[in-house]
Amino acid sequence: MNRETMTAMLHDMLLARAFEERAAEEYSKGNIAGFLHLYPGEEAVAVGVLHACGPADYIVSTYREHVHALVRGIPANLIMAELFGKRDGCCHGMGGSMHLFDKSRRFMGGYAIVGETYPVATGIAYAIAMRELPEAVICFFGDGAVNQGTFHESLNMAALWHLPVLFVCENNHYQIGTEIHRHSAVAEVHKRACGYHIPARKIDGMDVLSVHQACSEALEQIHADNGPQFLEFETYRFRGHSMADPGSYRPRVEVQAFEKEDPITLAIRETLPV
Amino acid sequence: MSENVYYWHALNRALDEELAADDRVFVLGEDVGLYGGSYRVTEGLYAKYGEWRLRDTPISEGSFTGLGVGAALLGMRPVVEIMTINFALLALDAIINMAAKIPFMSGGQFPMPLVVRMPGGVARQLAAQHSQRLEQTLMNVPGLRIAVPATPQDAWWQLRQAIRSDEPVILLEHELLYFSKGALDTRAEAPPMHRARVHRQGRDLTIITYSRMLDLSLSAARQLAQKGIEAEVIDLRSLRPVDWATCKQSVDRTHRLLVVEEDSRFAGAGAEIVAGLSERCFFELDAPPDRVAAREMPIPFNATLEAASIPRPSDIVRAAENLCGIRSKQNPAKPAST
Repeated sequence: MNRETMTAMLHDMLLARAFEERAAEEYSKGNIAGFLHLYPGEEAVAVGVLHACGPADYIVSTYREHVHALVRGIPANLIMAELFGKRDGCCHGMGGSMHLFDKSRRFMGGYAIVGETYPVATGIAYAIAMRELPEAVICFFGDGAVNQGTFHESLNMAALWHLPVLFVCENNHYQIGTEIHRHSAVAEVHKRACGYHIPARKIDGMDVLSVHQACSEALEQIHADNGPQFLEFETYRFRGHSMADPGSYRPRVEVQAFEKEDPITLAIRETLPV
Repeated sequence: MSENVYYWHALNRALDEELAADDRVFVLGEDVGLYGGSYRVTEGLYAKYGEWRLRDTPISEGSFTGLGVGAALLGMRPVVEIMTINFALLALDAIINMAAKIPFMSGGQFPMPLVVRMPGGVARQLAAQHSQRLEQTLMNVPGLRIAVPATPQDAWWQLRQAIRSDEPVILLEHELLYFSKGALDTRAEAPPMHRARVHRQGRDLTIITYSRMLDLSLSAARQLAQKGIEAEVIDLRSLRPVDWATCKQSVDRTHRLLVVEEDSRFAGAGAEIVAGLSERCFFELDAPPDRVAAREMPIPFNATLEAASIPRPSDIVRAAENLCGIRSKQNPAKPAST
């Protein structure tokens, strides 16, 4: 990997962290209302994935999508204005935190009903495949979303029709307060994709370089017309599910252990000369 | 020039026309391709346009309707067929949470040129799970348009208009209408998709109805005419938006309103029509508006009970007579308050 990309990724991770911390601050001051789901701890996933895709690719995201939008290139002020509910926001204050859209950047929306990103991404991929265009769709979802029916329905259709979708699981181990072993019979999320013959890998989602590399390889496969791909990134959110959640269901030692693996610290170590 | 065609055939020709005219149009649903559609609506189109434009889907209503939403985000014009409206309950997330919301939530960045066709209504002994109407479930959703064609001509016009619309349109088709015949003039100029149509003029009362109940209302009107009551019969053609102007104009003249619907009465389409016209015509009304609707029950399998659970022409005649003061008010079909 060239130095320029590494520096750009580190920059975006730092911007992401600063943006989210500022959003939390504004929420506490009462300037942002509604639900606010923050991303600290998971930066390596968004940054690694979105730096691996090109401007022609489409992004479909969840309700924890400020950083996806930011890294995709929506200016921070337009996103923050949207969180404030202002007319100047990227959706003119009609969407808010959970529904960021930017057509010009092919950022196809944040979806706040868990499990909606699969069919939307599959439909975009269908339109691409129908017209034989050299484009792909990135479909984000969390570990909690894999127990929705749409996961199975959409993976089946994507595989059946050989559609250019990259399924990206941000596995942060919790669906709100329920730990993955308490919500999934098969906790190794990537193994579920084999039920549909979709090539799948599990990657360390705290290491931005691994994320970037895995995603580049998967997109190469998709662009070589090899059908959908599936990546599971193991990560962790340092905060609660939303600003309303103190996260008290997680053992303190667990949180501290993951905090020691802060993806930004790791990226600094990898990027800057000692 | 007009020809006499089946309702399904009018829909088939509308799809054919739009598939030929615009390569962004594609059809997807269960058995719409090779099989030709369970009511023949897509017959012959798979051979003509191929599998990418006539896509047979797995039994996954929630996701293939959502697939239509995703494709529409890219400017495609998907026509999703849900085999019966009863299965649409599995697709409500895509319809209500996605299709109806995305144009608004995105601040107008994404139009939603999606059509969802749903055969529905009470057919012949399909039992409770396959006999729902559900229009009221969709009517309450801002962001959707709902067309309810009752004739082959309207099926032809409204499906083509729906495909060309940039807003999500639900086309509610009645299962008993597919094999009914009517005039189709493919060259006639279409009225706006939501425009109601006065099918019969009359001075004594206004009967407002839609879908299959149009035929029954017209039949009741003929019987009423023999008794000296001239009913005006209006086919709404669209349940969202409603063409209030055409309805109001009629009620202002007849001073009496009867709504006929196949769906159950409580919180149904008729409730909205009566409320909307009471607001608009209150001082013109000579009698409280009335509704003829299905009974408050799941549709029974038994044929006699099934027939008795939804409006019959005789129910419409009786309600109209009551409304015009011909008989004392005694309507045994009226349920206890719900």
